[in-house]
Amino acid sequence: MAYTEEELKKELETKEYEYGFYTDIESETFPVGLSEEIVVAISKKKNEPEWMTTWRLKAFNSWLNMKEPDWANVKYEKPDFQSISYYSAPKKKDQYKSLDEVDPELLNTFNKLGISIDEQKKLTGVAMDIVVDSVSVATTFRDTLAKKGIIFCSISEAIREYPKLVKKYIGTIVPSTDNYYAALNSAVFSDGSFCYIPKGVRCPMELSTYFRINQAGTGQFERTLVVADKGSYVSYLEGCTAPSRDENQLHAAVVELIAHDDAEIKYSTVQNWFPGNKDGKGGVYNFVTKRGICHNNAKISWTQVETGSAVTWKYPSCVLRGDNSIGEFYSIAVTNNYQQADTGTKMIHIGKNTKSTIISKGISAGSSQNSYRGLVQVNSRAQNARNFSQCDSLLMGNKCGAHTFPYIEAKNNSAQIEHEATTSKIGEDQIFYCNQRGIDTEKAIALIVNGFSKEVLNKLPMEFAVEAQKLLEISLEGSVG
Amino acid sequence: MLTIENLHASVNGKKILKGVDLDVKAGEVHAIMGPNGSGKSTLSSVIAGNEVYEMTKGNILLNGEDINELDAEDRAHKGIFLSFQYPVEIPGVSVTNFIKTAINESRKAQGLDDMSASEMLKKIRQKAALLDIDTKFLSRSLNEGFSGGEKKRNEIFQMAMLEPKLSILDETDSGLDIDALKIVANGVNKLKNDQNAVVIITHYQRLLNYIAPDFVHVLHDGKIVKSGTKDLANELEAKGYDWIKQESN
Repeated sequence: MAYTEEELKKELETKEYEYGFYTDIESETFPVGLSEEIVVAISKKKNEPEWMTTWRLKAFNSWLNMKEPDWANVKYEKPDFQSISYYSAPKKKDQYKSLDEVDPELLNTFNKLGISIDEQKKLTGVAMDIVVDSVSVATTFRDTLAKKGIIFCSISEAIREYPKLVKKYIGTIVPSTDNYYAALNSAVFSDGSFCYIPKGVRCPMELSTYFRINQAGTGQFERTLVVADKGSYVSYLEGCTAPSRDENQLHAAVVELIAHDDAEIKYSTVQNWFPGNKDGKGGVYNFVTKRGICHNNAKISWTQVETGSAVTWKYPSCVLRGDNSIGEFYSIAVTNNYQQADTGTKMIHIGKNTKSTIISKGISAGSSQNSYRGLVQVNSRAQNARNFSQCDSLLMGNKCGAHTFPYIEAKNNSAQIEHEATTSKIGEDQIFYCNQRGIDTEKAIALIVNGFSKEVLNKLPMEFAVEAQKLLEISLEGSVG
Repeated sequence: MLTIENLHASVNGKKILKGVDLDVKAGEVHAIMGPNGSGKSTLSSVIAGNEVYEMTKGNILLNGEDINELDAEDRAHKGIFLSFQYPVEIPGVSVTNFIKTAINESRKAQGLDDMSASEMLKKIRQKAALLDIDTKFLSRSLNEGFSGGEKKRNEIFQMAMLEPKLSILDETDSGLDIDALKIVANGVNKLKNDQNAVVIITHYQRLLNYIAPDFVHVLHDGKIVKSGTKDLANELEAKGYDWIKQESN
């Protein structure tokens, strides 16, 4: 997200606190546990209007009556929701004086990903002199966007500055009662992003290509709302290829996309949260609800590269309400060691002549479990709906698992639904063939995996695709002995 | 260039090679012929360093250097190339991308930088023309959906790109119709010079009508039982392998 004047001020203030002007540290972190009081306090802390507080409380009360879902093909110890602190001011990271003090292994990974020195400093929290520069860059971007009437800011800022817009859309796609984690997120979301593209405007840049660094530090209950008004276009990039070492074990984000008539939203994600160590200890639980709605002739395209997290539970979905609307889902999910991923999509066909495409590539290595779970639903008035699904799994070694759970519900007999699935293993003969051409085993695996994932990698914005390719390589390092 | 001394090798405990000796000099073309199951493909795999096969005795020397303990990729970096009998498919990896990776990995092993894109492109165009390969073919996934002829032509294209010192062509003629066979043979002839060597492994002598061997060896039951010139190949074609089997028993 962009630096706003306000955030800059806040950051400068934080700097002052370091020198002792700040005494009220205690009140910045709330006591652990979740209650109505805490929800109200979060809302108050963020100076939210009353309707927002009420909305959060409603979500909290429904959450109390909900049960944590257990249908996914993942096993983990359920988090204790009463032992989490639900609000803490942006953590003051330990500042390093130079990159020499940073964990060399982390730097090694950055170098492999081709991340510039300045970005490395920022990601690891090394003190930088060029903050002013990057703020001015951000401001330039902001000006460009503002001229086109595009709003791109933090969700907290949007609630304060554009309450009408937020109120109109928030919770309309993922209602606060949608599911256990969505309800929890609605009650306690810390921050996130808001984006509005006005009618007929084509957003001139990939949103967050630059801003990704700032996003790396977003909290554990992130909330994103993207609204593309009639005939507009936006490509939104979320996440970061750089490894995120987050201490928060539970991440429960909600993303809502609204594509009005003739609008198009392209939403790309690279998720590389800490996956736990080689023995399966630690790691982030990533329980995300992502959904978008397409009105007439609109299009939503989800592209995701999931390499991180110990447990992933995530189904970016499209509600194809409008006639001739299009939903797409392109996914690469890599699991290694003891990672578990249960991910896929839902394509709900409501309008006439709606089309959806699902391409899912699962790569499992080590002792990991990788599941595709997808629903294609064609409602009764969805005349001439079409879906094509392709789910490919690639296995490495013989201790991992790949699973496919496709659900198809068609209530209109004009529907055309195709489902293809393949499972393959990287063969010794493939590896030897590469070896014979001078390509060592590690590089051979990277080559084979990249080839396997190509259809999805191609959907990513160019500069991100290169990083994602390297990321796949790194995620699978050491997976073959 | 290649010296093999008393080579013994087995797979899953089964002895396949039982004392092979071979000496190939730069500029020479050797043909190794033999009936099915005589150990021809095992020999090529062992030279290339396939770990499925266990080398139990003997030596393999490349330009005087013992390569017994080297991994397959290191042998490749030293200039050994194997044209596979059954080239594998790698979906999603284009011929161009694959050969680019192979060339740059070899360069890296020699301490060189990646080949520039323009140089690579020039080389690809030149070698594709040499082998009469349509450049559209190069953007296809490696061996995926290739016909038998296309697969073999692609092997020879890689050979042309990598410019190996020693090329082993394992049953390159199998699955080829006569036109494809001619193209492949022409390609090999054009690539041949006095600095490199070619070992042709084949069941039939028909490829040898197009690539003239300096020496012909007959492999039977894990040993080279007879060596000679091109005439030996003709004799085998006329008489089959039975007389060799009887002679050596």
